[in-house]
Amino acid sequence: MKRRLFEAVRRAQADKRPVALVTDLGTGLQTLVHADAQEGDVALEEEFLPQVREAMRLDRSGIVEFYDGRFFITVLNPPLRLILVGAVHIAQSLAPMAVLAGYDVTVVDPRRAFASDARFPDIALNHDWPDEALAALKPDARTAVVALTHDPKLDDPALVAALAGPSFYVGALGSRRTHAQRRERLAAAGIDDSAFARIHGPVGLDLGAVTPAEIALSILAQMVQVLRGGPKVGT
Amino acid sequence: MSLLSADSATVLEQAAIWLAEGRPVALASVIATWGSSPRPVGSLMAIAADGAMAGSVSGGCIEGAVVYEAQAVLADGEPRLLRFGISNDRAWEVGLACGGQVEIYVEPVR
Repeated sequence: MKRRLFEAVRRAQADKRPVALVTDLGTGLQTLVHADAQEGDVALEEEFLPQVREAMRLDRSGIVEFYDGRFFITVLNPPLRLILVGAVHIAQSLAPMAVLAGYDVTVVDPRRAFASDARFPDIALNHDWPDEALAALKPDARTAVVALTHDPKLDDPALVAALAGPSFYVGALGSRRTHAQRRERLAAAGIDDSAFARIHGPVGLDLGAVTPAEIALSILAQMVQVLRGGPKVGT
Repeated sequence: MSLLSADSATVLEQAAIWLAEGRPVALASVIATWGSSPRPVGSLMAIAADGAMAGSVSGGCIEGAVVYEAQAVLADGEPRLLRFGISNDRAWEVGLACGGQVEIYVEPVR
């Protein structure tokens, strides 16, 4: 790898930007593919790029054949992140479950009685208001944002901030009725129907979950489904 | 697999430290596996010219051989494609105890 490409990979990782290094196993020539650009020894053909982007999306490195060439795609994605708004009972289950699934988890809640180290051991806590917290955390395309407070004062600003970014998953706790009311409030805040449709609500796969841990499981399962492109995405 | 990405960042960070110290570095990537193999495709290992290593490409079975090959790569600047496993004669010396096969690409950072 040329030193220049190595430094470019390091910068991407520092900035938490996804990249893929494509190596021609025949010639050793390499190209670094960014979200919307490429650089390196040789420019990849437009026809080849969708395969690279699919590998990035699936988080799957591997060898691909393109015409008579054999290429290795190294996917270098930043860790997945989960921002939980609301240090509530469900969050106490969802945070450690998501850590096991490989997520960097941050719990946002200005109510310190909820967002305490005792309730969330080894989880990053943020006590700012959700809109400020999200502005600082900058959710990207590999970040999920889930609002769990039930309190519009906290959930709504979090959702508005999340919808302004490219988060792969945005979810909000609440019944269908609660969600309908949320639609009206967010419309007043300038969130149109297509933006609102990105919110998974009622949140989680319909497993018939009852306990906080089961609801947490249904949310994590839906995050995986959306991320990995399983069936019925966008329900 | 996100854990894998986090792992790669750690390996490349160590490689950057070695490079900053003026120590030549080679990178080894698992590019294909067959059967059971302890580290998935995309796993990274960095090797300094003096034999120091970070990360892994197996469960410890073949790292020694990869370090040896990496030093050769650093000596002549040519990337190498290595294959380890039961079908390889060298398996008896440095093969994978699990019976899997693994293909590894080793390249210099220059």
